[in-house]
Amino acid sequence: MNLGYYPGCALHGSSNDYEQSLRACLGALDVTLAEIDDWICCGATSAHSLNHKLAIALPARNLALAHRQGHAEMLAPCPMCSMQLLRAAQAMASDHGLRAEISEMVEAEVNSGPRVLNLIQVFQHVGLDKLKAAVRTPLKDLKPACYYGCLLVRPPTVVDFDDAEQPTSMEAIVAALGAKPVEWSYKTECCGAGMTMSKTETVLELSGRILANAAAHGANCLVVACPMCHVNLDMKQGAIEEFLGTKFGLPIYYLSDIVGMALGLSAGDLGTDRHFVLGGQN
Amino acid sequence: MAAHMDIPPSRLMRLLQLGDGASALRAGSIWQCVSCQTCATRCPKKVDCAAVMDALRQLAFERGAASPGERRTVLFQRAFLDNIRRNGRLNEIELIGAFKGMVFLRDRSLPFLFRDAGLAPRLQKRRKLHLLGEKARDRGVVARIFARAGYGGAQ
Repeated sequence: MNLGYYPGCALHGSSNDYEQSLRACLGALDVTLAEIDDWICCGATSAHSLNHKLAIALPARNLALAHRQGHAEMLAPCPMCSMQLLRAAQAMASDHGLRAEISEMVEAEVNSGPRVLNLIQVFQHVGLDKLKAAVRTPLKDLKPACYYGCLLVRPPTVVDFDDAEQPTSMEAIVAALGAKPVEWSYKTECCGAGMTMSKTETVLELSGRILANAAAHGANCLVVACPMCHVNLDMKQGAIEEFLGTKFGLPIYYLSDIVGMALGLSAGDLGTDRHFVLGGQN
Repeated sequence: MAAHMDIPPSRLMRLLQLGDGASALRAGSIWQCVSCQTCATRCPKKVDCAAVMDALRQLAFERGAASPGERRTVLFQRAFLDNIRRNGRLNEIELIGAFKGMVFLRDRSLPFLFRDAGLAPRLQKRRKLHLLGEKARDRGVVARIFARAGYGGAQ
Protein backbone atom coordinates (compact mmCIF):
# COMPACT_ATOMS: atom_id res chain seq x y z
CA MET A 1 0.00 0.00 0.00
CA ASN A 2 1.30 3.46 -0.92
CA LEU A 3 0.07 6.47 1.01
CA GLY A 4 0.75 10.17 0.99
CA TYR A 5 2.00 11.23 4.39
CA TYR A 6 1.30 14.49 6.20
CA PRO A 7 3.39 14.31 9.40
CA GLY A 8 2.38 17.68 10.83
CA CYS A 9 4.59 19.73 13.14
CA ALA A 10 4.37 17.53 16.25
CA LEU A 11 5.75 14.42 14.55
CA HIS A 12 8.71 16.42 13.28
CA GLY A 13 9.13 18.04 16.69
CA SER A 14 9.00 16.63 20.19
CA SER A 15 6.68 13.77 19.13
CA ASN A 16 9.29 12.36 16.76
CA ASP A 17 8.98 9.06 18.65
CA TYR A 18 5.49 8.74 17.11
CA GLU A 19 6.92 9.14 13.60
CA GLN A 20 9.69 6.62 14.34
CA SER A 21 7.11 4.15 15.64
CA LEU A 22 4.66 4.39 12.76
CA ARG A 23 7.39 4.31 10.12
CA ALA A 24 8.91 1.16 11.65
CA CYS A 25 5.54 -0.51 12.14
CA LEU A 26 3.98 0.36 8.77
CA GLY A 27 7.24 -0.49 7.01
CA ALA A 28 7.03 -4.01 8.46
CA LEU A 29 3.48 -4.24 7.03
CA ASP A 30 4.55 -3.11 3.53
CA VAL A 31 2.84 0.25 3.78
CA THR A 32 5.05 2.89 2.16
CA LEU A 33 4.71 6.53 3.09
CA ALA A 34 5.53 9.38 0.71
CA GLU A 35 5.84 12.62 2.66
CA ILE A 36 4.00 15.57 1.08
CA ASP A 37 6.72 17.79 -0.32
CA ASP A 38 6.92 21.20 1.34
CA TRP A 39 3.86 20.69 3.57
CA ILE A 40 2.99 23.49 5.99
CA CYS A 41 1.37 23.57 9.45
CA CYS A 42 -2.42 22.99 9.57
CA GLY A 43 -2.82 25.95 11.93
CA ALA A 44 -4.19 23.75 14.71
CA THR A 45 -6.23 25.25 17.57
CA SER A 46 -4.57 28.63 17.19
CA ALA A 47 -5.84 29.14 13.63
CA HIS A 48 -9.41 28.04 14.29
CA SER A 49 -9.46 30.17 17.45
CA LEU A 50 -8.14 33.39 15.95
CA ASN A 51 -8.76 33.38 12.21
CA HIS A 52 -11.39 31.27 10.47
CA LYS A 53 -9.97 31.87 6.97
CA LEU A 54 -6.54 30.64 8.00
CA ALA A 55 -8.09 27.53 9.55
CA ILE A 56 -9.37 26.58 6.09
CA ALA A 57 -6.53 27.95 3.95
CA LEU A 58 -3.60 26.30 5.76
CA PRO A 59 -5.01 22.75 5.53
CA ALA A 60 -6.26 23.50 1.99
CA ARG A 61 -2.73 24.31 0.80
CA ASN A 62 -1.66 20.84 2.01
CA LEU A 63 -4.62 19.12 0.35
CA ALA A 64 -3.73 20.88 -2.91
CA LEU A 65 -0.05 19.90 -2.65
CA ALA A 66 -0.97 16.26 -1.92
CA HIS A 67 -3.31 16.18 -4.90
CA ARG A 68 -0.72 17.79 -7.16
CA GLN A 69 1.81 15.18 -6.00
CA GLY A 70 -0.56 12.42 -7.08
CA HIS A 71 -1.88 11.09 -3.77
CA ALA A 72 -5.40 9.67 -3.65
CA GLU A 73 -5.04 8.81 0.05
CA MET A 74 -3.03 10.51 2.74
CA LEU A 75 -2.20 9.50 6.31
CA ALA A 76 -2.41 12.32 8.86
CA PRO A 77 -1.42 10.57 12.13
CA CYS A 78 -2.16 13.62 14.29
CA PRO A 79 -5.94 13.90 14.88
CA MET A 80 -5.69 17.69 15.12
CA CYS A 81 -4.22 17.80 11.61
CA SER A 82 -6.59 15.20 10.20
CA MET A 83 -9.66 16.93 11.64
CA GLN A 84 -8.51 20.30 10.24
CA LEU A 85 -7.83 18.75 6.82
CA LEU A 86 -11.23 17.05 6.78
CA ARG A 87 -13.01 20.19 7.94
CA ALA A 88 -11.40 22.30 5.22
CA ALA A 89 -12.20 19.67 2.56
CA GLN A 90 -15.80 19.51 3.76
CA ALA A 91 -16.26 23.29 3.80
CA MET A 92 -14.97 23.58 0.22
CA ALA A 93 -16.86 20.54 -1.10
CA SER A 94 -20.19 22.21 -0.44
CA ASP A 95 -19.19 25.72 -1.47
CA HIS A 96 -17.60 26.20 -4.89
CA GLY A 97 -17.21 29.92 -4.36
CA LEU A 98 -15.16 29.25 -1.24
CA ARG A 99 -13.07 26.66 -3.07
CA ALA A 100 -12.21 29.13 -5.81
CA GLU A 101 -11.39 31.84 -3.28
CA ILE A 102 -9.19 29.53 -1.20
CA SER A 103 -7.42 28.16 -4.31
CA GLU A 104 -6.44 31.70 -5.19
CA MET A 105 -5.44 32.44 -1.64
CA VAL A 106 -3.13 29.42 -1.32
CA GLU A 107 -1.81 29.70 -4.90
CA ALA A 108 -2.69 26.10 -5.70
CA GLU A 109 -5.79 24.51 -7.18
CA VAL A 110 -7.79 22.80 -4.42
CA ASN A 111 -9.63 19.71 -5.72
CA SER A 112 -11.81 17.17 -4.00
CA GLY A 113 -9.01 14.80 -2.97
CA PRO A 114 -7.10 13.24 -1.39
CA ARG A 115 -8.91 11.09 1.14
CA VAL A 116 -7.50 11.78 4.63
CA LEU A 117 -6.88 8.78 6.90
CA ASN A 118 -6.05 8.54 10.60
CA LEU A 119 -3.66 5.86 11.86
CA ILE A 120 -6.44 3.50 12.99
CA GLN A 121 -7.92 3.55 9.49
CA VAL A 122 -4.57 2.57 7.99
CA PHE A 123 -4.48 -0.54 10.20
CA GLN A 124 -8.08 -1.28 9.21
CA HIS A 125 -6.94 -0.91 5.60
CA VAL A 126 -4.16 -3.43 6.19
CA GLY A 127 -6.82 -5.72 7.67
CA LEU A 128 -7.20 -7.48 11.02
CA ASP A 129 -6.59 -10.88 9.42
CA LYS A 130 -3.28 -9.79 7.96
CA LEU A 131 -2.30 -8.22 11.30
CA LYS A 132 -3.21 -11.40 13.16
CA ALA A 133 -1.17 -13.50 10.74
CA ALA A 134 1.86 -11.20 11.17
CA VAL A 135 1.94 -11.46 14.99
CA ARG A 136 5.22 -12.91 16.25
CA THR A 137 4.92 -11.92 19.90
CA PRO A 138 1.31 -12.16 21.14
CA LEU A 139 0.70 -9.40 23.71
CA LYS A 140 -1.02 -11.64 26.24
CA ASP A 141 0.14 -9.72 29.33
CA LEU A 142 -1.05 -6.38 28.01
CA LYS A 143 -4.30 -4.92 29.38
CA PRO A 144 -4.54 -1.60 27.58
CA ALA A 145 -7.08 1.14 28.05
CA CYS A 146 -7.66 2.36 24.48
CA TYR A 147 -7.88 6.12 24.65
CA TYR A 148 -9.32 8.03 21.68
CA GLY A 149 -9.51 11.52 23.11
CA CYS A 150 -11.41 14.17 21.17
CA LEU A 151 -10.64 14.63 17.54
CA LEU A 152 -10.38 11.05 16.28
CA VAL A 153 -14.13 10.78 16.77
CA ARG A 154 -15.38 14.36 17.16
CA PRO A 155 -17.09 16.19 15.68
CA PRO A 156 -18.78 13.20 13.98
CA THR A 157 -20.17 15.45 11.24
CA VAL A 158 -16.59 16.18 10.17
CA VAL A 159 -14.50 13.10 10.96
CA ASP A 160 -17.22 10.48 10.41
CA PHE A 161 -15.18 7.76 12.13
CA ASP A 162 -16.26 5.03 14.57
CA ASP A 163 -18.80 5.86 17.31
CA ALA A 164 -18.41 9.33 18.83
CA GLU A 165 -19.32 8.15 22.37
CA GLN A 166 -18.34 4.46 22.46
CA PRO A 167 -15.64 3.84 19.86
CA THR A 168 -14.24 0.28 19.59
CA SER A 169 -11.91 0.32 16.56
CA MET A 170 -8.67 0.36 18.58
CA GLU A 171 -9.93 -2.41 20.87
CA ALA A 172 -10.52 -4.61 17.81
CA ILE A 173 -6.92 -4.04 16.68
CA VAL A 174 -5.24 -4.65 20.04
CA ALA A 175 -7.42 -7.74 20.64
CA ALA A 176 -6.27 -9.14 17.29
CA LEU A 177 -2.70 -8.86 18.64
CA GLY A 178 -3.53 -10.96 21.71
CA ALA A 179 -3.91 -8.08 24.20
CA LYS A 180 -6.91 -7.81 26.53
CA PRO A 181 -8.35 -4.28 26.29
CA VAL A 182 -10.18 -3.14 29.43
CA GLU A 183 -13.66 -1.63 29.55
CA TRP A 184 -13.44 1.86 30.99
CA SER A 185 -15.26 5.18 31.08
CA TYR A 186 -12.88 7.86 29.80
CA LYS A 187 -12.19 6.75 26.21
CA THR A 188 -13.30 10.03 24.67
CA GLU A 189 -12.73 12.53 27.49
CA CYS A 190 -10.35 15.39 26.71
CA CYS A 191 -6.74 15.32 28.04
CA GLY A 192 -6.43 19.11 27.96
CA ALA A 193 -4.93 19.11 24.48
CA GLY A 194 -2.96 22.22 23.52
CA MET A 195 -3.30 23.84 26.95
CA THR A 196 -0.05 22.15 28.08
CA MET A 197 1.84 25.45 28.05
CA SER A 198 -0.74 28.12 28.74
CA LYS A 199 -3.03 26.38 31.26
CA THR A 200 -1.01 23.54 32.70
CA GLU A 201 -3.36 22.96 35.65
CA THR A 202 -6.19 22.15 33.23
CA VAL A 203 -4.04 19.43 31.68
CA LEU A 204 -2.97 18.01 35.05
CA GLU A 205 -6.58 17.73 36.18
CA LEU A 206 -8.12 16.34 32.97
CA SER A 207 -5.27 13.95 32.19
CA GLY A 208 -5.15 12.88 35.84
CA ARG A 209 -8.78 11.76 35.69
CA ILE A 210 -8.06 9.72 32.56
CA LEU A 211 -5.09 7.93 34.14
CA ALA A 212 -7.06 7.32 37.37
CA ASN A 213 -10.02 5.83 35.52
CA ALA A 214 -7.79 3.58 33.40
CA ALA A 215 -5.99 2.33 36.54
CA ALA A 216 -9.29 1.77 38.38
CA HIS A 217 -10.47 -0.48 35.56
CA GLY A 218 -7.37 -2.65 35.70
CA ALA A 219 -5.41 -1.27 32.74
CA ASN A 220 -1.63 -1.75 32.79
CA CYS A 221 -1.03 0.74 29.96
CA LEU A 222 -2.86 3.18 27.68
CA VAL A 223 -2.93 3.18 23.89
CA VAL A 224 -3.25 6.47 22.01
CA ALA A 225 -3.19 7.61 18.39
CA CYS A 226 -2.49 11.29 19.01
CA PRO A 227 0.75 13.17 19.73
CA MET A 228 -0.88 15.68 22.11
CA CYS A 229 -2.57 12.94 24.15
CA HIS A 230 0.83 11.24 24.42
CA VAL A 231 2.58 14.40 25.61
CA ASN A 232 -0.06 15.06 28.25
CA LEU A 233 -0.31 11.49 29.54
CA ASP A 234 3.36 10.44 29.21
CA MET A 235 5.59 13.51 29.51
CA LYS A 236 3.29 15.13 32.07
CA GLN A 237 2.59 11.95 34.04
CA GLY A 238 5.21 12.79 36.68
CA ALA A 239 3.69 16.25 37.18
CA ILE A 240 0.18 14.73 37.30
CA GLU A 241 1.28 12.26 39.98
CA GLU A 242 2.75 15.11 41.99
CA PHE A 243 -0.40 17.21 41.50
CA LEU A 244 -2.71 14.39 42.66
CA GLY A 245 -0.34 12.92 45.25
CA THR A 246 -0.59 9.46 43.75
CA LYS A 247 1.46 7.10 41.60
CA PHE A 248 0.31 5.64 38.27
CA GLY A 249 3.43 4.42 36.46
CA LEU A 250 1.29 3.68 33.39
CA PRO A 251 3.22 3.44 30.11
CA ILE A 252 1.52 5.25 27.23
CA TYR A 253 1.90 3.57 23.85
CA TYR A 254 1.07 4.83 20.40
CA LEU A 255 -1.11 2.36 18.55
CA SER A 256 1.81 1.73 16.19
CA ASP A 257 4.00 0.80 19.22
CA ILE A 258 1.53 -1.89 20.21
CA VAL A 259 1.24 -3.30 16.68
CA GLY A 260 5.01 -3.06 16.25
CA MET A 261 5.69 -4.95 19.51
CA ALA A 262 3.38 -7.75 18.38
CA LEU A 263 5.23 -7.86 15.06
CA GLY A 264 8.44 -8.42 17.01
CA LEU A 265 9.98 -4.94 16.66
CA SER A 266 12.20 -3.78 19.52
CA ALA A 267 11.89 -0.76 21.79
CA GLY A 268 14.82 0.76 19.92
CA ASP A 269 13.10 0.20 16.56
CA LEU A 270 9.88 1.80 17.76
CA GLY A 271 11.29 4.54 19.99
CA THR A 272 9.37 3.40 23.08
CA ASP A 273 12.71 3.63 24.93
CA ARG A 274 12.38 7.40 24.47
CA HIS A 275 9.09 7.67 26.37
CA PHE A 276 9.06 9.20 29.86
CA VAL A 277 7.21 6.29 31.51
CA LEU A 278 8.89 3.05 30.49
CA GLY A 279 6.95 -0.20 30.36
CA GLY A 280 7.96 -3.78 31.11
CA GLN A 281 7.69 -4.56 27.39
CA ASN A 282 10.80 -2.57 26.70
CA MET B 1 -14.49 21.59 31.13
CA ALA B 2 -17.78 23.40 31.70
CA ALA B 3 -17.41 22.96 35.49
CA HIS B 4 -14.50 25.44 35.48
CA MET B 5 -16.10 28.06 33.30
CA ASP B 6 -17.44 31.44 34.43
CA ILE B 7 -20.10 31.22 31.70
CA PRO B 8 -20.58 27.64 30.40
CA PRO B 9 -21.50 26.98 26.74
CA SER B 10 -25.25 26.67 27.38
CA ARG B 11 -25.38 30.12 29.01
CA LEU B 12 -23.12 31.62 26.35
CA MET B 13 -25.58 30.49 23.66
CA ARG B 14 -28.42 32.05 25.67
CA LEU B 15 -26.54 35.35 26.00
CA LEU B 16 -26.14 35.44 22.22
CA GLN B 17 -29.82 34.63 21.67
CA LEU B 18 -30.65 37.55 23.93
CA GLY B 19 -28.36 39.80 21.92
CA ASP B 20 -25.77 40.35 24.65
CA GLY B 21 -22.71 39.72 22.49
CA ALA B 22 -20.58 42.09 24.56
CA SER B 23 -20.86 39.89 27.68
CA ALA B 24 -20.16 36.77 25.63
CA LEU B 25 -17.00 38.33 24.14
CA ARG B 26 -15.68 39.21 27.62
CA ALA B 27 -16.28 35.71 29.01
CA GLY B 28 -13.21 33.90 30.30
CA SER B 29 -14.78 30.61 29.26
CA ILE B 30 -14.21 31.16 25.56
CA TRP B 31 -10.45 30.92 26.31
CA GLN B 32 -10.83 28.15 28.89
CA CYS B 33 -12.54 26.03 26.22
CA VAL B 34 -10.20 23.27 24.99
CA SER B 35 -12.10 22.77 21.69
CA CYS B 36 -12.86 19.14 22.58
CA GLN B 37 -16.04 19.35 20.44
CA THR B 38 -18.12 17.55 23.09
CA CYS B 39 -20.74 20.32 23.33
CA ALA B 40 -21.28 20.37 19.56
CA THR B 41 -21.44 16.57 19.44
CA ARG B 42 -24.02 16.26 22.22
CA CYS B 43 -26.26 19.30 21.69
CA PRO B 44 -29.80 17.92 21.21
CA LYS B 45 -30.67 20.99 19.12
CA LYS B 46 -27.58 20.52 16.93
CA VAL B 47 -26.15 23.91 17.82
CA ASP B 48 -22.46 23.92 16.83
CA CYS B 49 -21.36 25.50 20.12
CA ALA B 50 -17.68 24.79 19.36
CA ALA B 51 -17.91 26.83 16.15
CA VAL B 52 -19.64 29.63 18.06
CA MET B 53 -16.74 29.54 20.56
CA ASP B 54 -14.31 29.93 17.65
CA ALA B 55 -16.26 32.89 16.29
CA LEU B 56 -16.34 34.53 19.73
CA ARG B 57 -12.59 34.03 20.17
CA GLN B 58 -11.82 35.54 16.78
CA LEU B 59 -14.04 38.58 17.44
CA ALA B 60 -12.69 39.09 20.97
CA PHE B 61 -9.13 38.85 19.63
CA GLU B 62 -9.68 41.25 16.74
CA ARG B 63 -11.47 43.80 18.93
CA GLY B 64 -9.02 43.52 21.80
CA ALA B 65 -11.93 42.54 24.06
CA ALA B 66 -10.56 39.26 25.42
CA SER B 67 -10.91 38.63 29.15
CA PRO B 68 -7.76 40.01 30.89
CA GLY B 69 -7.74 36.95 33.16
CA GLU B 70 -7.18 34.68 30.16
CA ARG B 71 -4.46 36.76 28.51
CA ARG B 72 -1.91 33.93 28.62
CA THR B 73 -4.00 31.71 26.40
CA VAL B 74 -4.56 34.53 23.90
CA LEU B 75 -0.84 35.24 23.85
CA PHE B 76 -0.07 31.56 23.31
CA GLN B 77 -2.38 31.30 20.30
CA ARG B 78 -0.88 34.47 18.88
CA ALA B 79 2.70 33.30 19.43
CA PHE B 80 1.82 30.03 17.69
CA LEU B 81 0.39 31.74 14.60
CA ASP B 82 3.23 34.27 14.44
CA ASN B 83 5.61 31.31 14.46
CA ILE B 84 3.81 29.56 11.60
CA ARG B 85 3.66 32.78 9.60
CA ARG B 86 7.46 33.06 9.86
CA ASN B 87 8.50 29.42 9.45
CA GLY B 88 5.65 27.61 7.71
CA ARG B 89 6.07 24.86 10.31
CA LEU B 90 6.11 25.09 14.09
CA ASN B 91 9.44 25.70 15.76
CA GLU B 92 8.76 24.55 19.33
CA ILE B 93 11.74 26.19 21.01
CA GLU B 94 11.08 29.51 19.31
CA LEU B 95 7.39 29.26 20.27
CA ILE B 96 8.15 28.60 23.93
CA GLY B 97 10.67 31.44 23.99
CA ALA B 98 8.31 33.91 22.32
CA PHE B 99 5.34 32.89 24.48
CA LYS B 100 7.26 33.05 27.78
CA GLY B 101 8.77 36.37 26.74
CA MET B 102 5.37 37.88 25.90
CA VAL B 103 3.88 36.69 29.20
CA PHE B 104 6.87 37.98 31.18
CA LEU B 105 6.56 41.44 29.62
CA ARG B 106 2.96 41.54 30.83
CA ASP B 107 3.09 40.05 34.30
CA ARG B 108 6.80 39.85 35.26
CA SER B 109 6.29 36.41 36.78
CA LEU B 110 9.66 34.71 37.16
CA PRO B 111 8.20 31.35 38.31
CA PHE B 112 6.14 31.16 35.10
CA LEU B 113 9.14 32.15 33.01
CA PHE B 114 11.20 29.23 34.34
CA ARG B 115 8.44 26.73 35.10
CA ASP B 116 9.24 24.28 32.30
CA ALA B 117 12.98 24.88 32.13
CA GLY B 118 13.68 21.52 33.78
CA LEU B 119 12.00 19.73 30.90
CA ALA B 120 14.58 20.79 28.33
CA PRO B 121 17.39 18.43 29.40
CA ARG B 122 14.91 15.58 29.84
CA LEU B 123 13.62 16.11 26.29
CA GLN B 124 17.17 16.47 25.02
CA LYS B 125 18.10 13.13 26.57
CA ARG B 126 15.23 11.51 24.64
CA ARG B 127 16.27 13.18 21.37
CA LYS B 128 12.99 15.09 21.34
CA LEU B 129 14.45 18.59 21.27
CA HIS B 130 15.17 20.22 17.91
CA LEU B 131 17.26 23.29 18.49
CA LEU B 132 17.05 24.57 14.93
CA GLY B 133 13.56 23.35 14.04
CA GLU B 134 12.22 22.87 10.53
CA LYS B 135 11.07 25.43 8.04
CA ALA B 136 8.92 25.10 4.95
CA ARG B 137 10.85 25.99 1.76
CA ASP B 138 8.22 28.28 0.28
CA ARG B 139 7.74 30.62 3.21
CA GLY B 140 6.74 33.43 0.87
CA VAL B 141 3.45 31.75 0.08
CA VAL B 142 2.80 31.17 3.79
CA ALA B 143 3.27 34.85 4.53
CA ARG B 144 0.95 35.77 1.63
CA ILE B 145 -1.74 33.34 2.88
CA PHE B 146 -1.60 35.01 6.32
CA ALA B 147 -1.84 38.48 4.74
CA ARG B 148 -4.81 37.48 2.56
CA ALA B 149 -6.56 36.00 5.60
CA GLY B 150 -6.23 39.40 7.27
CA TYR B 151 -4.14 38.05 10.14
CA GLY B 152 -2.14 40.91 11.50
CA GLY B 153 -1.27 39.59 14.94
CA ALA B 154 -3.40 42.39 16.44
CA GLN B 155 -3.81 43.03 20.19
